[in-house]
Amino acid sequence: MKTSYQIVRPAETSDDELRIDPALVERWLVRFLRDELVVARNIKKAVVGVSGGVDSAVVAFLCARALGPKNVLGVRMPYATSSPTSAKHGRLVIEETGIDDRVVDITAAVDGYLAQAPDAGAQRRGNVMARVRMIALFDQSAKIGGLPIGTGNKSERMFGYFTWHGDDSPPINPIGDLFKTQVWALARHLGVPRAIIEKPATADLIRGQTDEDDLGISYAQADRILSRLLSGHDVDDIIASGFVAKDVLLVKRRVDATHWKRHLATTAMISNTAINEFYLRPVDY
Amino acid sequence: MKRRTQRLIKPLGLVPRPGRSGARSPKSGRPIGLALVQFAPVKGDVDANLGAIGDALAALKRDAGPFPDVVVFPEACLSGYFVEGAVREVALTSDNLFKSLHGTAAKALGASHRPFDIVAGFYEADGGKLYNSALYATIGRSGAIRHVHRKLFLATYGVFDEERFVSRGRTIEAFDTPHGRAAILICEDACHSLATTIAALRGAQILYIPSASPGRGLEDAEPANVRLWRDITRVAAAEHGIFIAYSGLLGFEGGKGFTGSSRLIGPFGDLRAEAPFDAPAILRVDVDPVDLAAARAALPMLGDLEANLAELTAMLDDEAALRPRPRRSNRSTVKVDRSKPSRRR
Repeated sequence: MKTSYQIVRPAETSDDELRIDPALVERWLVRFLRDELVVARNIKKAVVGVSGGVDSAVVAFLCARALGPKNVLGVRMPYATSSPTSAKHGRLVIEETGIDDRVVDITAAVDGYLAQAPDAGAQRRGNVMARVRMIALFDQSAKIGGLPIGTGNKSERMFGYFTWHGDDSPPINPIGDLFKTQVWALARHLGVPRAIIEKPATADLIRGQTDEDDLGISYAQADRILSRLLSGHDVDDIIASGFVAKDVLLVKRRVDATHWKRHLATTAMISNTAINEFYLRPVDY
Repeated sequence: MKRRTQRLIKPLGLVPRPGRSGARSPKSGRPIGLALVQFAPVKGDVDANLGAIGDALAALKRDAGPFPDVVVFPEACLSGYFVEGAVREVALTSDNLFKSLHGTAAKALGASHRPFDIVAGFYEADGGKLYNSALYATIGRSGAIRHVHRKLFLATYGVFDEERFVSRGRTIEAFDTPHGRAAILICEDACHSLATTIAALRGAQILYIPSASPGRGLEDAEPANVRLWRDITRVAAAEHGIFIAYSGLLGFEGGKGFTGSSRLIGPFGDLRAEAPFDAPAILRVDVDPVDLAAARAALPMLGDLEANLAELTAMLDDEAALRPRPRRSNRSTVKVDRSKPSRRR
């Protein structure tokens, strides 16, 4: 009698390497915020720069849940050219989370400096805005005895798509290890208004600007390429797995050109007690 | 089920090893009360963390039922895990830790408390060297240090950098306690089946694993490292027919969140109980040493291993011979410390 074989293959599993369990991530990040702020630093208040975009919306929602909405200050910092949609969505985040609201118009501060730098192009002007917002955020934090909370996601951090010592400066960041597409997934779970999730991501430093135009690639593509690069796959492997060579090379170039932005200042080592070289203490020691 | 006596274990040739301290193997039929504690230490504050240990002891005193026989605390729980170059500032000698625990217990339980055993992970200073260690001691009347295990597998990859700051231990010992023959492995030690095998071959009936596992992999309902540790401990317990008591550190340290999940695994690899991964907890569970006999009779893996040990050892020797012997390299492979922890001498 012939043996009849059943062919067995692995069960269908999600091939989405960016998959997260948003409920678990929420639980994890709420505890992160409580532990790092309240337990480790004895600080009970948080300050979030609310831009109207999805990253700061997610951080505002998380902070409200971790600390209670009345212990969170949302600071909206428009510049004269900021989009009205950003302002509208910023207000929406404040309303939905119930956090305290403060508007600091940065136009005068930015223009005050730029009056002395009339040759500044769009990039320099954008950097000045980001750094003025950093000043306002830290000052508002000092005022209420809180700490600024970072809103940079992993995609923009890997791309170096931020202003160094500007929007990357807050000392605590709950979403810095989440790619942009994962931030969107978390936002849907947290109940961030759909209009904020579904609009094109933008730094809103220049009129009409979008992240994906600036970067030259969609986040959906970029995040998958980034994820594979970070997991140790080389460019040839990633191209062979079906990605467009131009996209893979673009991502790789951006990552390689911006390692410096993910570090503090390079300091000349003179002694065998050089800080962070020989003298090593963890941030929470 | 009729309880088996310790004598039934002996014909299997597995458990009894001469008790060097003269301590007896567990009395048959008397369950061992275990309490596995998980808490978030205050970084670098040994006194505050002794206070947290005292809080756990006081909570156990208030809790219904008899005070546990053995209370287990996580890896590096006196200081926090990630201390980098501050190890020297937070390290204790085992004698100092023993005395401190003695005082902590007297304060929490009253000076005339019933003796109990304690397992606690700490950074150890000994003769100018530093280790990631765990102490096993009896606290109370006729208290004594029974063993100090020094972590062999110092995690030094990715987020971990242990070997930069501490020296590695050299031995895996089993030791007699008032509550059975035991061994300790710290965190990554227990990921290596050879290490759990040696502990079992040396007669350990219960393996204590103080651990500190930072959570990562949040794609499913629980962190991936929690699932991995559950699997590792279940397989090790089933393979050797031993109890495994795993106590996990808790709390965020510089953005890295430790995933408690303290658990007790029975000698069939059966998960008896597990604490949550993100909340302070004391897991109380009683284990009956006679379960070992049942497990080892049904699944005589350790006996089979002993039967094949000579050939396996020869194969390991062959493999070792194929690899270059370390000549002069880093501290971990050159300055071979043949000495055993002081209390073992």
